[in-house]
Amino acid sequence: LGNHSSSLTKPFCRMLGFLKQPVVVTAEINMNLVALTVMGLVNRFWALSYPRAVVFDEVYYGQFVSLYMKRIFFVDDSGPPFGHMLLAFGGRYSMNVPIWSLRLLPALSGALCVPLAYQILVELHFSHCAAFGAALLILFENSLITQSRLMLLESVLIFFILLAILSYLKFYNLQKCSPFTAGWWFWLLLTGVACSCAVGVKYMGLFTYMLLLATAGVHFWHLIGDQTLSNVSVFCHLLARGLTLVVVPVAMYLSFFYVHLTLLYRSGPHDQIMTSAFQASLEGGLARITQGQPLEVAYGSQITLRNVLGKPVPCWLHSHKNTYPIRYENGRGSSHQQQVTCYPFKDVNNWWIVKDPGMQQLVVSNPPRPVRHGHIVQLVHGITTRYLNTHDVAAPLSPHSQEISCYIDYNISMPAQNLWRVEIVNRESDTDVWKTILSEVRFVHVNTSAVLKLSGASLPEWGYRQLEIIGEKLSKGYHQSMLWNVEEHRYGKSQEQKEREVELHSPTQADISKNLSFMARFTELQWKILTLKNEDTEHKYSSSPLDWITMDTNIAYWFHPISGAQIHLIGNILTWASANVATLVYVCLFLWYLLRRRRKICDIPEDAWRLWVSAGGLCVGGWAVNYFPFFMMEKTLFLYHYLPALTFQILLIPVVLQHLTDHLCRSQLPKNMFSALIVAWFSSIYLVYRTFSPLTYGEPILSAAELRALRWKDSWDILIRKH
Amino acid sequence: YVTYISLFFFSWDETHFGKMGSYYINRTFFFDVHPPLGKMLIGLAGYLSGYNGTFPFQKPGDRYEHHNYIGMRGFCAFLGSCLVPFAYLIVLELSKSLSAALLAASILIFDTGCITLSQYILLDPILMFFLMGAVLSMVKYNSCADRPFSAPWWFWLSLTGVNLAGAIGVKFVGLFVVLLVGLNTVYDLWELLGDLSLSLVTLGKHLLARVFCLILLPLALYTAQFAVHFAVLNKSGPGDGFFSSAFQSRLIGNNLHNVSIPEHLAYGSVITMKNLRMAGGYLHSHWHLYPEGVGARQQQVTAYLHKDLNNLWVIKKHDSNTDHLDPSCSVEFVRHGDVIRLEHKETSRNLHSHQHEAPMTRKHFQVTGYGINGTGDANDFWRIEVVGRKAGKRIKVLRSQIRLTHLATGCILGSSGKTLPKWGWEQVEVTCTPYVKETPNALWNVEDHINPKLPNISLDVLKPSFPEILLESHMVMIRGNSGLKPKENEVTSKPWHWPINYQGLRFSGVNETDHRVYLLGNPVVWWLNLVTIGLYLLMATCTIVAIKRGVQLTVEFKELSEVLLHSGGKMMLGWLLHYLPFFMMGRVLYFHHYFPAMLFSSMLTGITWDTLLKFCAGCLSCSVGKRVYTYGTLALMLLIVYSFYLFHPLSYGMVGPMASDPNSPMAGLRWLESWEF
Repeated sequence: LGNHSSSLTKPFCRMLGFLKQPVVVTAEINMNLVALTVMGLVNRFWALSYPRAVVFDEVYYGQFVSLYMKRIFFVDDSGPPFGHMLLAFGGRYSMNVPIWSLRLLPALSGALCVPLAYQILVELHFSHCAAFGAALLILFENSLITQSRLMLLESVLIFFILLAILSYLKFYNLQKCSPFTAGWWFWLLLTGVACSCAVGVKYMGLFTYMLLLATAGVHFWHLIGDQTLSNVSVFCHLLARGLTLVVVPVAMYLSFFYVHLTLLYRSGPHDQIMTSAFQASLEGGLARITQGQPLEVAYGSQITLRNVLGKPVPCWLHSHKNTYPIRYENGRGSSHQQQVTCYPFKDVNNWWIVKDPGMQQLVVSNPPRPVRHGHIVQLVHGITTRYLNTHDVAAPLSPHSQEISCYIDYNISMPAQNLWRVEIVNRESDTDVWKTILSEVRFVHVNTSAVLKLSGASLPEWGYRQLEIIGEKLSKGYHQSMLWNVEEHRYGKSQEQKEREVELHSPTQADISKNLSFMARFTELQWKILTLKNEDTEHKYSSSPLDWITMDTNIAYWFHPISGAQIHLIGNILTWASANVATLVYVCLFLWYLLRRRRKICDIPEDAWRLWVSAGGLCVGGWAVNYFPFFMMEKTLFLYHYLPALTFQILLIPVVLQHLTDHLCRSQLPKNMFSALIVAWFSSIYLVYRTFSPLTYGEPILSAAELRALRWKDSWDILIRKH
Repeated sequence: YVTYISLFFFSWDETHFGKMGSYYINRTFFFDVHPPLGKMLIGLAGYLSGYNGTFPFQKPGDRYEHHNYIGMRGFCAFLGSCLVPFAYLIVLELSKSLSAALLAASILIFDTGCITLSQYILLDPILMFFLMGAVLSMVKYNSCADRPFSAPWWFWLSLTGVNLAGAIGVKFVGLFVVLLVGLNTVYDLWELLGDLSLSLVTLGKHLLARVFCLILLPLALYTAQFAVHFAVLNKSGPGDGFFSSAFQSRLIGNNLHNVSIPEHLAYGSVITMKNLRMAGGYLHSHWHLYPEGVGARQQQVTAYLHKDLNNLWVIKKHDSNTDHLDPSCSVEFVRHGDVIRLEHKETSRNLHSHQHEAPMTRKHFQVTGYGINGTGDANDFWRIEVVGRKAGKRIKVLRSQIRLTHLATGCILGSSGKTLPKWGWEQVEVTCTPYVKETPNALWNVEDHINPKLPNISLDVLKPSFPEILLESHMVMIRGNSGLKPKENEVTSKPWHWPINYQGLRFSGVNETDHRVYLLGNPVVWWLNLVTIGLYLLMATCTIVAIKRGVQLTVEFKELSEVLLHSGGKMMLGWLLHYLPFFMMGRVLYFHHYFPAMLFSSMLTGITWDTLLKFCAGCLSCSVGKRVYTYGTLALMLLIVYSFYLFHPLSYGMVGPMASDPNSPMAGLRWLESWEF
């Protein structure tokens, strides 16, 4: 038994083995790296605070940063909050116009991508020469420079993606010789952290995260096949990977939201999108109104009812003196009773009184009798004292549903049908009390079992373009348009109609506050971010993924109206073309080798093949996962969405070049010629970079003729002033 | 073999596929988002059984009276009942186990959903027939792999191709089974490539045989069915408006058929312009003005889908108002790049645009009719351009794709496709878009052309060739498919609802007194399928890890794991391929889209449970093991039969109170609140 337990504990001891060794620091400085970092910094930081104007999407990010400063809650549907937080952090320690410090972080991450590219190639076991080449290509890529010199998030995203790749490679290289050492843990953990940061900056980071998970899965599969490892140590490996690559990123992602929600505690412009409960948890806004409301809705309560769906606009159940027209435009008849609508603004006509059908009084008794799930109530409109009613008359715009009205007795043998059953959908037990803000309620009509629902259509002129309310007869499951929650609430005190009107006009007051748990707020915010749709699907510079690969499109970021200086997102066309060629060459050679190897013909040695597969898998795979999903997306797309994919594609160029030199140029002469060609090619890349740098940095200012000369493709939109 | 009990049992709900069958019999042209094979077969079945194509198929619940519809129904039901023997044969071939095959077959016999779906004139039974046929022949030719190029091998291989053509020909969902067969073939070839005893020539033969039978043959058949489709439907019908002007000229009865009009546009010509987007209307204007608050209060310009006198426009020179039809004037042709003015014939107002926002698409500019008797301002000037043409060339009727650029603002005349409210008579919005993009929204062609001074030519020369109409009809189908978007606030079926049988589809009858049929899978069977998928993943993972860790298996277990991984894997792949893509589709989805995936899942259930029971039996001693195996299989079968007995009214029709009423005989069976029978 003892033996058995020691075999169990041993791997666990080994997992923590790094604690046994002393901490030793040895310094070794790779001058290549230092040189590249310095070049990257110079290249990205040169005249960083120029132009002193808001450029392109900086306007959005600037708004978010200032909302952060003011601690005002906002929702950005483009991504999770970590990126905004980082930018706001940059803007924190600065004077009134913190343009330099706001652009600092993206520029820094852009600069650091250069040494990261170098190290990735080194870790892939390519020569320092190839690695240096990769770093230079990143350094002289105009589009990456433009994007990182402005307050935009793509360069931060690319930085975290490359960091994740690098740390995974470091970890994998340590795996063979020294698993469970301090370095092994460090790089593994850094992989997870960098992945979650990438996802936290933009959801695009998810693609690279998935790629890394898949790679880790494949590597672990090989580990399973390794018969020298015991079952327990394989399990330990699985555990370590699961912990660092799944649990840690998820926890970090949650923590971003936690910080986000803790920092932003004031109500702001996007409150309306969220549910009442969420709004009540923010300081100011709704919270100020609802603060201290009674929690339990009782008979005699005065309430406003908000539709839970919040689409097309958030609105409240409403009624007013006007009646439905006797005949609609298409000739159908109506009941000619008082209109019931959904109104998107706060109004005294949004107040309703909950009444017990068995009693006459409209005030809350003492003690209050709370309304519970399944109770039957009448809803009385506060100002007109008419009862919410529905009957077998077609609704104005949705003829298949019933009309909802406030009942007027015309004495025409059409009796009132105003009993409604309260069904609390998010109840915990069947005896739950109807709670302000927290309960989501369905109103089921007792006679016809129709459900009170917002149809989403807006009424014509006679209904003041307010939203239509209908009674849906066949309730297809639950839909949020059928759910309502009490937003404002007070216990009614006045029995007389006149007094009651005064009471309805006065603001609510009482004495309890409600707090949502973090998880509830997180789920709601996350859901809103994912489902919120921007309506503007057209933009002057939007493009389709097919345009990106050949760079048929560019984006004019900034244009000085007087001097004509301009900044464009435009890439180094030579690099883009070479990257495409490299991808093509890689795929063809890979297929060729693969088929030949299947026939047991090995053109290249085994380890060269393995290198070729792993480097290609990462670079081509990274390009593919960051590019192809865009074909299926329906949102507005821009050229800058291609930049992460492009980065991976650029890393592939030196991989292919070195492979060609090593394995296809057999003798010395072609090798030398090939090297000369590469040098010439590199210098032309530098030339292209210099040529386009006025459009990248915004200076020097070019004349119209020079600008026209830069228009290498007809589809490029370079702004030339008319004189 | 087991035949469907439902074969002679009919109900009286009918959907629009019956109507399409009638169109074939009447030879009128129509448009549908699915390829034509399924509807052609329905039409053929109706024709052969004596149906004359006169039943109107207007709304569900109409009675057939004396129309002969049995043929069409019987045809679909027959194909639906073929699924059972197909599933039986497939599973038998894959697992070599009779009980697995029986289990899979009995699941399909006793599933209420499959029965309901194959009782009616629908495309699904036809699709599933071809789909299962393709899988069956694929499995058969795989098992002939030891005798390549023998007669049965060729037979099954080409039958696979035929079935594939049938599957895509019925619905585009058939593409998933093509993918399944494709992946299987790639795997197959990969295995052959690794076999060093085969020479490269033999490999080439294998490759060519597959290319011929699985790519060329299906493509030829697919094209052939479109040829038949176009040949049969030669009369003008309700589908004309979806197609381009050139396409319409093929149809007898269409006003473009056999007419002759002048070929090149000249000043003074009276024309109609059709938007090139699918179902794009004619450029239209009328006396009504835009209402207060919607841009400038000028005359409306819209796109209108029907032929109308208000669609006529006159081409004028931008700087003169001379009457070009005056016999003393010489003919002057409009050329690419000219600046023109378009005058509305009825109201004599000019096509005009300015920097007011358009009524629906706020980012575009409003287009109006402006000026009196042709006198307007500089905002009435448009540059006319032809896509892909050089300056100075003449502009052709029908064939030129025209772009109209507004001279003052640089925007392009286009139709946004949005419907205007009541004030615009629910016609389609026309805007001037400042975003210069090559989309069909912004392109127009000239359809009618009246100019007495020019010689008429016959439109026959413009008739599109077969490849052109094939391509066009595909474009229209694809756009039609992606145009089926759910409306805002509409409760639609979601893919995750399907495997858990969350919600069915009401086939006929709403009220208590109606004979009601409700499409819902047998919940016991479906939930068994769902559990099995989890069970399969667990078993497959365990097996594959055990093998990778080098665990030595006995011969029996080795065979079992082979069946589990290969045969089960094929079915699992089929299920995934027929299910996952729906998560990425933006169009409206329905419950019945899951049924192809459900077939695979049922076959997987047969294989998995049989393997599990065999495995248990193998672990126990001989006699006990045998008993466990027999009783286990029997118990599963009985469970399925009993659940069918409970739920059979779903497909054979229910009368009486709704199940939500506690008095209904079905009340106890309403296990989920979302079921509405």
